[in-house]
Amino acid sequence: MAMRQCAIYGKGGIGKSTTTQNLVAGLAELGKKVMIVGCDPKADSTRLILHSKAQDTIMQMAADAGSVEDLELEDVMAVGYGGIKCVESGGPEPGVGCAGRGVITAINFLEEEGAYEEDLDFVFYDVLGDVVCGGFAMPIRENKAQEIYIVVSGEMMAMFAANNIAKGICKYASSGSVRLAGLICNSRNTAREDELIIELARQLGTQMIHFVPRDNVVQRAEIRRMTVIEYDPKAKQADEYRALAQKIIDNKLFVVPTPISMDELEDLLMKFGILEGEDESIVGKTAAEEAAAAA
Amino acid sequence: MSAMTREETQALIQEVLEVYPEKARKDRAKHLAVNDPTLEQSKQCITSNRKSQPGVMTIRGCAYAGSRGVVWGPVKDMVHISHGPVGCGAYSRGGRRNYYVGHTGVDSFATINFTSDFQEKDIVFGGDKKLDKLIDEINELFPLVKGISVQSECPIGLIGDDIEAVSKKKAKDIKKPVIPVRCEGFRGVSQSLGHHIANDALRDWVLPNRDGDSKFESTPYDVAILGDYNIGGDAWSNRILLEEMGLRVVAMWTGDGTLPELELSSKVKLNLVMCYRSINYITRHMEEKYGIPWMEYNFFGPTKIAESLRKIAAFFDETIQANAEKVIAKYQAEYEAVIAKYRPRLEGKKVMLYVGGLRPRHIVGAYEDLGMEVIGTGYEFAHNDDYDRTLKEMDNATLLYDDVTGYELEEFVKRLKPDLIGSGVKEKYIFQKMGIPFRQMHSWDYSGPYHGYDGFAIFARDMDMTVNNPCWDKLRAPWQKTA
Repeated sequence: MAMRQCAIYGKGGIGKSTTTQNLVAGLAELGKKVMIVGCDPKADSTRLILHSKAQDTIMQMAADAGSVEDLELEDVMAVGYGGIKCVESGGPEPGVGCAGRGVITAINFLEEEGAYEEDLDFVFYDVLGDVVCGGFAMPIRENKAQEIYIVVSGEMMAMFAANNIAKGICKYASSGSVRLAGLICNSRNTAREDELIIELARQLGTQMIHFVPRDNVVQRAEIRRMTVIEYDPKAKQADEYRALAQKIIDNKLFVVPTPISMDELEDLLMKFGILEGEDESIVGKTAAEEAAAAA
Repeated sequence: MSAMTREETQALIQEVLEVYPEKARKDRAKHLAVNDPTLEQSKQCITSNRKSQPGVMTIRGCAYAGSRGVVWGPVKDMVHISHGPVGCGAYSRGGRRNYYVGHTGVDSFATINFTSDFQEKDIVFGGDKKLDKLIDEINELFPLVKGISVQSECPIGLIGDDIEAVSKKKAKDIKKPVIPVRCEGFRGVSQSLGHHIANDALRDWVLPNRDGDSKFESTPYDVAILGDYNIGGDAWSNRILLEEMGLRVVAMWTGDGTLPELELSSKVKLNLVMCYRSINYITRHMEEKYGIPWMEYNFFGPTKIAESLRKIAAFFDETIQANAEKVIAKYQAEYEAVIAKYRPRLEGKKVMLYVGGLRPRHIVGAYEDLGMEVIGTGYEFAHNDDYDRTLKEMDNATLLYDDVTGYELEEFVKRLKPDLIGSGVKEKYIFQKMGIPFRQMHSWDYSGPYHGYDGFAIFARDMDMTVNNPCWDKLRAPWQKTA
């Protein structure tokens, strides 16, 4: 089977890195050969696989060595649980430099060094929360990831972000083969969360590929820098990630998404009681003015 | 009078515009005009300082070129760091021929290219640390350097490096001015914004350095030359005339200039402006802050030189005024001999100009002194106040073209058939291959100076040897020549 390249996007803090590593552990358990490419200057996309604080990144090693041309593939790639290959692009401290360029440089390096030519079944890109510039869209540009999974929850901002990412995919879908492959709901235990995300997925023209319930075992595993599957293979949550992994293996639904308008999204949120109907009369009124009006 | 009527010139413009798609045609029409010297304001006939149309060949430069290349570059005792990848500095090095006296690499640095040579890692992690280290290295290797300017290339603005913070810190460390200049190339529509940004940096980081310092001993005759970048030695042939009439030139902005001179300019009595476009911002600031008046002048050709010398002298006392007359008289025999020699060879020849800053209007008088006629002129990056100053210099019905495209200039030349074109290196070989005599009027075609009486003799000789060069007759094989 040809190598499948998947990118995981979603709002910052939604649990992309945790979800990615757990599901990749599930794929590895099923005998798949997988590589994770962390595309976030924080470099926390592989720690649960490698049991490390943060992997040495391509960009940091390139800076230390002089230039990226001075690096070899084996310098930057580490192998962790289940034979999972791990690389982190790395990047600057917040507030300096250009993290987007770091992602571009790192992925170009991996391509040139033949990281993708090995016998891989899956490559997963774990991308920084917000697609802030062209650099973070690198994984979904031509000849990179063809499948995009968006991690989302029933919270308003997470859904806004998901819709925006769908817009970004549309931009690149017209010129390449990138497709939206599904929403992964990482539950925050909000009301009717599964129904809401299923409805959002329907409107975006895709599917909710799996509903990952909230479970504290994830945190317990995480403080040990492990995935749930490795830490407690018998845990119920481990089965959830296995189920997600199997669904991704079997997934055939790859679509050009149909992002929805702001109004449609607000209507959806109102229907599920997350957003109240807008009261135009209060727009622009200060607390003092309201108090005066009430008196 | 121009050979063409207003109607004919207008018809020519219409014809040339014809090939453009409608949107481009509408835009370009605003930049092409028939001159009317009776107009008070150029905005009634021409639009300038706008973004160039995509798809056309424009000759313009960028903001970095305006700051690093034009305004800061000639300040010889400073190191100007081309901050970013190596190309911007390397490919612009030494191109402007701003001459200077000094020992290169010891106390003068104008022809050396200093760059932070950005690599991928500097883009990704930011270049501030590298800049910090680079400044230390410069100061250690070149201990006589008087100050350092940081000239931003495009990536600096894109990745948001804090060059101001680094500059402030390093100025303290090395106890010399370190001046950040935000002249990223993508800013503005041409090099013009780079001039403005460079002026603002001079205003904020250089001029105040001598505020409240009264050690400098002034005289009533202190002046500063601004906007003469000493191309081929122009500022020197300019300066001697001012000195001969009894003025003291305290500073030359920025040709053969030094940082201490620039700092002293706040003490002068009059600012004399050669290239208005690139330096007017700082003169206006000095007028506002220090009450120093400023005056434009033109030292191309004896007519304009005499006019300018008298105008400058009128600002001072009778001694200076008498001296101005003496200077004019002193050179009279010399320039009359130049005219007597070259005018018969150049009389009636038609010239088209397309240059930058001040030349499209300033040189007109020098050509006229030689009996030549400028039938078309235009600027790469002028604003409307430049065209205001141009209308009066040009004859009625002559052609004005702003940010002219390669296509338009070629078509105008084909129709107007000038005897000489004065423009830049990008145009030179095209028109020479068309068989038309050509002079580079940015670099004086590796000649110069052209300013002052000394320069006029060289100017006249150069125009003659170009226009009357026997090579133009040899472009057609004898058997192809028709009678």
